[in-house]
Amino acid sequence: MGRRTLVSRAVVPAPGQRRAPPAQAGGLLPWLRRNFFRSPLNALATLLSLAAIAAALPRLARWAVTDAVWSSPDAEACKQAAGACWAVVPEKYRVMLFGTFPYDEQWRGMLAVAVILGLALYCALARPSARAVAASWLAAMAAVFVLMLGGVLGLEPVGTHAWGGLPLTLIMFVGTVAGGVPLGVVLALGRRSSMPAIRAVCVGFIEVVRGLPLVTVLFMASLMLPLFMPEGMSIDKFLRAQIAMTLFFAAYAAEVVRGGLQAIGKGQYEAADTVGLSYRQKMAYVILPQVGRIVLPSMMNEIIRAFKNTTFIGIIGMFDVLRATSTAIQDPVWVRYSIEAYLFIALLYFVMCYGMSRHSARIEDELTVRR
Amino acid sequence: METAMQNANPEPIVVLDQVNKWYGDFHVLRDVSLSVGRGEKIVVCGPSGSGKSTSIRCINRLEEHQEGRIVVDGTEVDADVRRIEAVRRKVGMVFQNFNLFPHLTVLDNLTLGPVRAQGVRRDEAQARAIELLKRVRIPEQALKFPGQLSGGQQQRVAIARALMLQPQVMLFDEPTSALDPEMIHEVLDVMTELAQAGMTMICVTHEMSFARKVADLVVFMDAGEIVEAAPPEEFFSAPKSERTRLFLSQVLH
Repeated sequence: MGRRTLVSRAVVPAPGQRRAPPAQAGGLLPWLRRNFFRSPLNALATLLSLAAIAAALPRLARWAVTDAVWSSPDAEACKQAAGACWAVVPEKYRVMLFGTFPYDEQWRGMLAVAVILGLALYCALARPSARAVAASWLAAMAAVFVLMLGGVLGLEPVGTHAWGGLPLTLIMFVGTVAGGVPLGVVLALGRRSSMPAIRAVCVGFIEVVRGLPLVTVLFMASLMLPLFMPEGMSIDKFLRAQIAMTLFFAAYAAEVVRGGLQAIGKGQYEAADTVGLSYRQKMAYVILPQVGRIVLPSMMNEIIRAFKNTTFIGIIGMFDVLRATSTAIQDPVWVRYSIEAYLFIALLYFVMCYGMSRHSARIEDELTVRR
Repeated sequence: METAMQNANPEPIVVLDQVNKWYGDFHVLRDVSLSVGRGEKIVVCGPSGSGKSTSIRCINRLEEHQEGRIVVDGTEVDADVRRIEAVRRKVGMVFQNFNLFPHLTVLDNLTLGPVRAQGVRRDEAQARAIELLKRVRIPEQALKFPGQLSGGQQQRVAIARALMLQPQVMLFDEPTSALDPEMIHEVLDVMTELAQAGMTMICVTHEMSFARKVADLVVFMDAGEIVEAAPPEEFFSAPKSERTRLFLSQVLH
C-alpha cells in the first residue's frame, strides 16, 4: 500500500455560505420552449397538433355554437339550421331525466336527485366523520325512498316499475356502492380466512361473478330468478336489479380490497396481536384503515365504473337516464337529433364521473402529505 | 446485576421446556429449554437463522411450537385462544422494524390496545401514555405520526406502546438491528433504564455491550439449539464451546 501514486482525490470547498439554487429562466418564451419545442420531434408533434386543432375547431364551433338552434318547440328551426339542434334538450328533458315517472309527480324525482347530489357534495366538501357520513346517507336514502315510492304523507304511490331517469340511476348507484363495498370487504377477508369452507365460498363467488358479463348477471336476476321462486312470490324487479348490480360490484370490490390486504405487512398483524386486540378489533382499527388508504384510487376507479354500469339496467327494461333518453328521441319530430340528446347525457355522465375522480385525487393528495 | 445470583430459588415466570419446532422438514428449534426468573434479564444471541427470534416469538404465540411446553406466569401457551390472549396481556413485545401503526398518531398508537382491548377509559389511557412517553423521552412527539419520526424515536414509541399493557415480561426481537448507528444508543439507554426498574426482559440482540452491562444470563444459540448459557462475565471471558468462541470473535472486534 502507498507505493503507487494516488489518483483519486476529494476537494474540501472553501468556507462560504450555502446558496439558493440557480434561477430557472422565467417568462413565456422559455416556458414554451421547455414544454413544446424541446426537441425537433417535440416541435413537430406540437405543430401537427396545432394544425389538427386549427382544422377541426372552427367547424366544431360552427356546428355546436354559431349555427346551433337553442330553442324551437316544434323542431322547425332545426330543419333549416346547419348546426346542432340543442332545442331537443329543453323540449325533452323531462322524459330524459325522469323517464316514465308520472309527469305531475316528477318534482319528487327532482327532489330525490337534489337530496342525493346535495349530500354527496356536502360530504365531499365538508368531510364529516365516517360515522356522520354513514348516518346521513342512511337517513337521506330513507327519505329518497319515501319520496319516490309515495303512499304516505299524502304522496301518490308510484311503483318502482314507473321509476326512471336520473333518480333511478342515482339510487341504483348509491345502493350498489353502499352494499357492494362492505360486502366486498367481507368477501376479501373471507378469501383469506383460515377456514377452508368460508374460503371456498368466497373464492367461488368472486370467480364466478367475475367470469360473467354484467348483462348476463342482470338477465339472470330479471328472468331466471322468478322461475326459481315459489308460486305467487316475487321480488320487485328494481330490487332484483339492485341485488344483481350490488353482487357484481362486490366481486370486483373484493379483489381491490384483497390487493390492499396483501400490501399490509405481517408486522402490522403481529403488532396488533401483541397489544391485545381481537381479530375484529385488529381488522377494524389497524388493518382496514390502512387498506382503505392503499386501495382508494383503484376503489374509486371501480366506483366510477359502477356508475357507468348502471346504464346496463336499460337492457332488462328499466328506464335509467340513457334508456329514458333513447326513448325520448323515438319521437318522430326529434328522432333526427339524437346526437345532441346523447351528447347532453354524455356531459351529464362526464360531470359526475369527473367530480368523483377529482374528489378521489384530492383525498389521495392529503393522504400522501401525511405519510 | 448480582440479584439473580443472590436469589436462591426464584420462581420462573417464563418456562420453555424441551420446545421443538419445524418449518416443513426443517428442524428450527431443537429441545430449547429456558427458565426466566422474575425481574431477570436474558440476552439471546447467535448467528442469523439460529432460531433465537423464533424462540421468543413462540413465547407469545406469534409462532407455534409443535413439541414441548411453554408456560408464562402459570399459563400454558397452546392452541387455546383465550390462554393465548391471557399470555399476550402479560407479555409486551418490541420488533426489529418497530411495527408502529402508520395511520395513527403516536398517542393513538399507545392508547389503541388499552382502550379497545381492555376497556380502559380514554383519558386514563392518554395520561398513562404521556407518562410513558416522558419515560422514553419523547413526550413532545405525541401528536405526530410515526412516519415523521426517526428510527430511534419510533423504536422508543414502540417500547412505550408495549409498556402500555403493564406487562410482566418484555420481549425484544433485535430492537436495534434496523437502526442507524447513531440511534442505537438512545434505544439501548431506554432498555437499560427499563432493566434497572426491575422489568423481566428477554432480548434477542447483537449488542454485546448491552449484554455485558445488563444481562443476568447470556444465551448463545446456533442452528436451532442452545449451545451455551452463562452469566455475562463468564460468557465473555471463558466461553466453553468452540462455536461460541467463533461467534464472539466475529461480533467483538
